[in-house]
This record gives sequence, structure tokens and C-alpha cells, in this order.
Amino acid sequence: MSKGTVGISEFKAAAGPVRGSRGPMIDLLVGTHSRRIFGVVVFFLLLEFVTSLELVPAIYLPRASSVVQRIIELLQELKFLQHVGATLYAWAIGLALATVMSVTVGIIIGSSNLAYRMMTPVIEFVRPIPSVALIPLGILLWGQGLSMKVILVAYATLWPILYNTVYGVHDVDPIAVQTARSFGLGRLSILRHITLPSAAPFIFTGIRVSASIGLIVVVGAELLASADIGIGSFILFVSSSGGHMDSVLAGAAVGGLLGVLINSLLGAIERRAFAWRYMGTDAQ
Amino acid sequence: MSLPGTAARANAMTPEWRNRMLTVRGLRHAYSADRLAIAELGFQVNSGEFVAIVGPSGCGKTTLLKLLAGLLKPSAGSIYLQDRIVSAVPEGLAMVFQEYNRSLLPWLRVRANVELPLRYQAINAPERNARVARSLQAVGLAAFERLYPWQLSGGMQQRVAIARALAYQPKILLMDEPFASVDAQTRADLEDVVAKVRMQFGITILLVTHDIDEAVYLADRVIVLSSSPSRIVAQIPVEMPHPRDQITTRASDNFVAIRSEVAKLIRRPAEEATL
Ligand SMILES: Nc1ncnc2c1ncn2[C@@H]1O[C@H](COP(=O)(O)OP(=O)(O)OP(=O)(O)O)[C@@H](O)[C@H]1O
Ligand SMILES: [Mg+2]
Repeated sequence: MSKGTVGISEFKAAAGPVRGSRGPMIDLLVGTHSRRIFGVVVFFLLLEFVTSLELVPAIYLPRASSVVQRIIELLQELKFLQHVGATLYAWAIGLALATVMSVTVGIIIGSSNLAYRMMTPVIEFVRPIPSVALIPLGILLWGQGLSMKVILVAYATLWPILYNTVYGVHDVDPIAVQTARSFGLGRLSILRHITLPSAAPFIFTGIRVSASIGLIVVVGAELLASADIGIGSFILFVSSSGGHMDSVLAGAAVGGLLGVLINSLLGAIERRAFAWRYMGTDAQ
Repeated sequence: MSLPGTAARANAMTPEWRNRMLTVRGLRHAYSADRLAIAELGFQVNSGEFVAIVGPSGCGKTTLLKLLAGLLKPSAGSIYLQDRIVSAVPEGLAMVFQEYNRSLLPWLRVRANVELPLRYQAINAPERNARVARSLQAVGLAAFERLYPWQLSGGMQQRVAIARALAYQPKILLMDEPFASVDAQTRADLEDVVAKVRMQFGITILLVTHDIDEAVYLADRVIVLSSSPSRIVAQIPVEMPHPRDQITTRASDNFVAIRSEVAKLIRRPAEEATL
């Protein structure tokens, strides 16, 4: 099936939902799922081995196993869970704001040829600016609190969603649109029944990519702004009090785990909801 | 009320117009200054008639159908559906696209694909359901309504596209090489499906094909187009009774004579033909 057309599709492929590529050799040994767990275990053992050599004093680089132990302890502390909650809260609001704005603006830009030609160079230019670099500016403008975090997350997560929405909407199959027009559907019905569903997988990919970026930005902002609460401020607090490198790394690892969790959750939703995208060519 | 296409009306209901489904006059279409697809076309299709249009690849057949469906604006000329000029997508017209697989929506099941256009018609749910069921039945896909298009073979997908057009109950059905990408047996089956539903629903059909046999087998009249920019080379009436049969009709002397006449015309340049 010829979903998506030439040229742009290469960009989308980079961000687009990717099917798990299986190495045939490893596949013989283990399935996709157990292979992942296998990889994590190997990596952990390697870390544990290297850190146990104590090439660097354990106070600077604690053993992997003691970091894991610290993670488990922390996850049972209410205070730490509140930090996690605060981070997720700011992240979720920022991402939600960005989604609403980007999808709306993206539909407008993507459905008008003029706007598309005018805006895509702008998007291409602004998109690669690392949002983390804007954290100091954000702190200056909006202080240390929730609004600063939300605004920074919203800004950082705006671009991937906007980018994917614009291309998803613009690349809707003209034959599908003409078919709908020939059956008397108006602009809004075509948007609802053709354009949006066909752009949805791309929009969703943008959201998934943004989710990870947003998490990095919110933790980074908490850290740089020495915010009152959040994973970032936890990391800053324990690192400034000295000798708590296991807590620092545990905090960072929890941030990473959240990212993995969110990403695989969204990935699972994506594969379920947009199964039709993968089926076109190799059904039967 | 100013529905698109209601503005200009021909001298309504003079005898000349009463039996007329489609009237095309002086139609010309250029995609750009140096890309003339249709030079000049004029023809008529009567109510209930089955007209086939044949012509070499790239001669402008798809362009013609898109003009008729109001999806493109002609550079010159006019199109009337019954007595109304076509200036936007007209009511009562359905089109089966050449790229059937791209015209079906992969995220909707067969049933929902067929039903979607009806949701924007002024018909109630029971009537809608009945129409969907009847048209899927007509193309032999009643058992597949819960599958997705990509779970079907090419020929079955094409039948879904045909069912969708039938459920819409158009006055005129435009079909753009609807059987081009299926095997010979499926093709014969689909031809008979169309011939049957045409009798059953009494619709006017304009079929574009580059298969001369198919055109002669199905149509009451064959319009032969020249290569691009297209003009009409000839209009050949096909005087054979309906219903026709894949074996006996195709073996008849009449069929063989008409098909070779069309085949000869299709090779002749337009200038010579218009003299
Ligand atoms: N969107 C377009 N823009 C510019 N030129 C076009 C466009 N669509 C078609 N053409 C040109 O117009 C001419 C007629 O095209 P059209 O698709 O109508 O031919 P066709 O008879 O349907 O061909 P086929 O038998 O291959 O389907 C061709 O020369 C084609 O290159
Ligand atoms: Mg064509």
C-alpha cells in the first residue's frame, strides 16, 4: 500500500513508529521481550563488575547494586514519591498544552499549501534548537515554580508534535480526499473522517517523542532552578549535601525508568490503535 | 437554498433534456499552459445507458471523470447532469477510483467504509443499514463486512469500492478502470457483478477502461478517445441484448465485429477521424 509519498516520508520514517527489528540470530535464542530483559541484566552485571573494581572510589561511583538498593528504598519513601509526582505533574500539563496547541496549529499549516510552504522552513530551523539551552531563560522569566516548568516542557514538546502533525496532515492521500469529496463530504467532515485519522499515527509518534524530551527538560529545569520539589531538585539536594552519590544516581535512574515506562506504554498504545498502518503490505 | 450546481438550469424538461443524464459540451482541460490533457470533448449519456470510454493510456480518461465529478474545474466547456450545470461536486453522482486501495480507508472496517458516505445523506439509520447490507450482498461480500480492507485481496477491495458506490444509490456511476488490477477470472466475475447491479438498480454507468473486449461486453455504446490531448475518435453503438454472457456473447459474430471495429479506431489518429 502506498501510504505517505516520496521525499517527506524519509523524515517521517526517522520519527515514525518503527516495527521491532529482530536480529535473526538472537531471535533463535530469545523472543523480543525476553531479549530486552536479557540485555538489561547483562548491562547491569557489566556495571556491577566495573564498579566493584573500584577504579574510582565508591563514594564517587558507588556499586551498581547499591544504587539499585537505594532506588528500592526511595520508592518506599513518601517524600521521594512526592518529588516524582511533582515532576510528572508539570510534565503532563506541559505535554497536554503542547499537544493541544501543536495539533491545532499543525492542522492549519498542514491543510493549507501556502501556510505549509511558508512555515516548514521555520519549523525546520527552530526544531533542532536544544530546548535545554532555554532553561536559564525560562527561569529568568518565570521563576522556579510550576509555571516555569510547564512552560519549558510545553515549549520543548511543541516541536516534534507540530512537525509530525504538519507532515501527517499534508501527506494525506489525495485519492482518499477526492473520494470523500465526490461523495459530498464537506471540509470539516473530511478533516474528521479522512485527514485526522490518517495523520493520527504521525501525531501520536510526535507525542511519544515529545514525552521523552519533556521529561529531560522538566528534570533539567528543576535541577538548574533549584526548584522546591521534583526529581531534579531531589538530585540537586542530595548531591549538594555530599557523600550521597548512590541517591543522586538513584534519582537519575528513576527519571530514566519513568522515560522507559512512558515510552513503552505509548508504544504499546500506538501499535494497538494504529495496527492498520503496519498491515497494508504484508497482510496474508 | 443555494446548493452547489443549482444555479444554472438548462431549459428544463424540453423533450431533448428529459431522457438525458449527462451532457458534455466543448470540454477542454489543461493542467498547465503546456499540459493540455483534453482538447475538446462533446457527448451525451442517456438515463439508464451504459457507456464505455476507451482510449490509450494517458489520454485523459481519469481527467475526464474528475471533471464530470466536479473534482476539477474545466478550462473550457460545460457539463450538465440532467438539466443542471456541474460547477461543484454534484449530488447523485458516485465515482469508483482507479486507485481503489487508496480510496478505501484502512482504519475502517469494510462495513464502515461502505457506510461512511451515507452518514452525510439525509437517510435514517435503518435505511442506511439496509442499503449497506444490500450492496455488500450484491458484490458478494456480505460475509466480510467485519474485516479491514487490507485483510482482503485486490479484487475484493475493488468490490468494496463498488459496493460503497452502490450503497450511495447514485443516478450516475463513474468507474475508472475498476478491474485493471485483478486476474482474468475475478475480472470476468466483477464485470458480471456490475452488469447485474446495473439491471437491478437501473443506474446510468460511465465506465473507463482500456480493455476493448470489456467495453464491448458491458456497454450499450463505446466512445473511443484519441491519444492526449484527447478528442472523440468515434462512438460505436453496441447492439446486443442484455443480459449478456461471458461465453456466448463474446463468441458471437456481432461481438467480434464490433470489437475489431473499435480496435481499428483506437489506432487511428484523431485528425483523420475528425475529418
Ligand atoms: N495532476 C496532474 N497535473 C498535471 N498533469 C496531469 C495531472 N494528472 C494527469 N496529468 C496529465 O494529464 C494527462 C492525462 O492524464 P490522465 O490521468 O487523465 O490519463 P488516463 O487516460 O487516465 O491514463 P491511464 O490510462 O494511464 O489511467 C497525462 O498526460 C498526465 O500526465
Ligand atoms: Mg487513468
